[in-house]
Amino acid sequence: MSEAPLLEVRDLNVSFRTQDGTVHAVDGVSFTVNRGEVLGIVGESGSGKSVTAMTLMRLILDQNAVFSGEVLFKGRDLMQLSQGDMLQVRGKQISMIFQDPMTSLNPVYRIGWQIDEQLRAHEGLSAKQARRRTLELLGAVGIPNPEARIDDYPHQFSGGMRQRVMIAMGLSCNPDVLIADEPTTALDVTIQAQILELIGNLQREFDSAVVLITHDLGVVAEVADRVAVMYAGRIVEYAEVGELFRGPQHPYTWGLLGSISRLDRPRQRRLAAISGQPPSLISLPAGCSFRARCPYAFDRCRAERPALEARSGSAHLDACLLSADQKQARRAATPEAS
Amino acid sequence: MSDHAVPLMRARGVRKYFPIKRGVVFQREVARVHAVDDVDLDLMPGETVGLVGESGCGKSTFGRCLIRLHDLTDGTIEFDGQDISSLDRKQMRPLRREIQMVFQDPYASLNPRKRVGTIIGDPLRIHGAGARADVNKRVQELLELVGLSPEHYNRYPHEFSGGQRQRIGVARALALSPRLIIADEPVSALDVSIQAQVVNLLSDLQDELGLTYLFIAHDLSVVRHVSDRIAVMYLGKIVELSPAEELYDRPIHPYSEALLSAVPVPDPDVERERIVLQGDVPSPITPPSGCRFHPRCRYATDICTTTEPPLVKHAEQHLAACHHPLNLHS
Repeated sequence: MSEAPLLEVRDLNVSFRTQDGTVHAVDGVSFTVNRGEVLGIVGESGSGKSVTAMTLMRLILDQNAVFSGEVLFKGRDLMQLSQGDMLQVRGKQISMIFQDPMTSLNPVYRIGWQIDEQLRAHEGLSAKQARRRTLELLGAVGIPNPEARIDDYPHQFSGGMRQRVMIAMGLSCNPDVLIADEPTTALDVTIQAQILELIGNLQREFDSAVVLITHDLGVVAEVADRVAVMYAGRIVEYAEVGELFRGPQHPYTWGLLGSISRLDRPRQRRLAAISGQPPSLISLPAGCSFRARCPYAFDRCRAERPALEARSGSAHLDACLLSADQKQARRAATPEAS
Repeated sequence: MSDHAVPLMRARGVRKYFPIKRGVVFQREVARVHAVDDVDLDLMPGETVGLVGESGCGKSTFGRCLIRLHDLTDGTIEFDGQDISSLDRKQMRPLRREIQMVFQDPYASLNPRKRVGTIIGDPLRIHGAGARADVNKRVQELLELVGLSPEHYNRYPHEFSGGQRQRIGVARALALSPRLIIADEPVSALDVSIQAQVVNLLSDLQDELGLTYLFIAHDLSVVRHVSDRIAVMYLGKIVELSPAEELYDRPIHPYSEALLSAVPVPDPDVERERIVLQGDVPSPITPPSGCRFHPRCRYATDICTTTEPPLVKHAEQHLAACHHPLNLHS
């Protein structure tokens, strides 16, 4: 990892001013993504993972949004670019696959038109060339019989096929970074398997970097190289994928791992649920934001906000005040969390 | 559960076709969606049967048929020995006390203009279960039973999170002390940590109240966790019916095998053979001939395209509909 990372996010903060107060959706998030690497961002609804992705793309245009921090892409800070300059980056160098394939396509335009729009805009292809490229892309993402389907409307496609169209769009200009926001959440498991395989193949083929946002730890385990776990707008654990699953360090990660019933383990009588609800992002408690739900919280957690730093290994960061030995002991005492 | 036990609910040959109509004044039927096609299923008292399948396989339609939210095209449904398949709305009324439903989307299934107390108390008032004071008391008991606090009585649904709303939905279903609960994807709209809370709640309630569940879901890991037996549906038919653990250890139907292998395992060190099914689920308007799974099945042969395999018993309580059953000699 001697070369500079392709995408580097430094201390990103996003908040929204609302009538009820300021919502701190993203709070001091930093991460890097290298070429050819898949970074998984995991978290529950409201943890700020989608806002992070939308901010990277500069797609949040809300008057009441307040940003700070840097998003360095190939040495340029995207946060400083004008929306006009951003048009050159968005779709061409960084592209995004949105969560819901049912609503992310325009229902009144044909599939082919929606894909070749960006080819015409960014690559300056003629209509004919763009159409040829679109046919190739549709074939590459596994749409059977692309010649017959290219002039269909979105409603004529199933959910899995629409998601493939979204992926074809995302890949149309061979972007350096592909941001996939819950690309498989709306799909059935068998279709999810197809799509994950597809994203993996395409990523290897084009050597792009992928930021995969999901709530499913299973998906992360299968495709990600590194993982950031987000909770209440902050990254609470950041590690290489094997390390995260073999030795998770943050009690929230333990809870997440414990609350999924797993097919590769014997059936348990009860799932280890995390009690309570995530805190409101308007009035975050001082100290650790997971404190109220954490069974291991102690005095310091109330007063001190834990920084994301290496506590157990050089590349394994976590934001928990327990020492590595204490964590080991706590986890040994709760077998389902390991 | 011996074979002699009397099922609480017994479905035989249940079919539900939805007509597709054309024409403005003279509507004629041009095609039919074969949503549920000849399904048999018994629910034994006190057990949980999981019903899994992909979207569009007919699992929710079947659940709705069981409580007669849909009229059947064909077939019979018996509840506690009584044939309920041709009862009208009024005759169904008393049975609604016994069979209740928990819906998928906790954001859409609670009336936003009613207070929580009213939502949970409505079934009691409709069925005339006592004076106002009694109803209030019962609602507060129910709130406590599902892990909410009695002070929540006067709040509106929007004041609650998804997991709490689903608890309200469960409390409403429990109001009349039913014997059977049909839970249609009760946790799929919730975050994983909240899913675990609701799944644990459902299993505690079962132990406490002796409930019978039909648990409809597309998530195989959640279904495994709650179910005693599991039925796998594909394009309107049950293709495999098995004791829960056995389905995961040795699935007989190739569709079950593929479905299981597609579930991601949260452990990067596990290497598994992944069977990726090609294509999409075919249209239920014109289901494929023979075995409905044959166009996507890697074991399919000529017989699969012509002859529909019957659902036959391969082991104790383990049925499957396949010409080339897997995992039989292990």
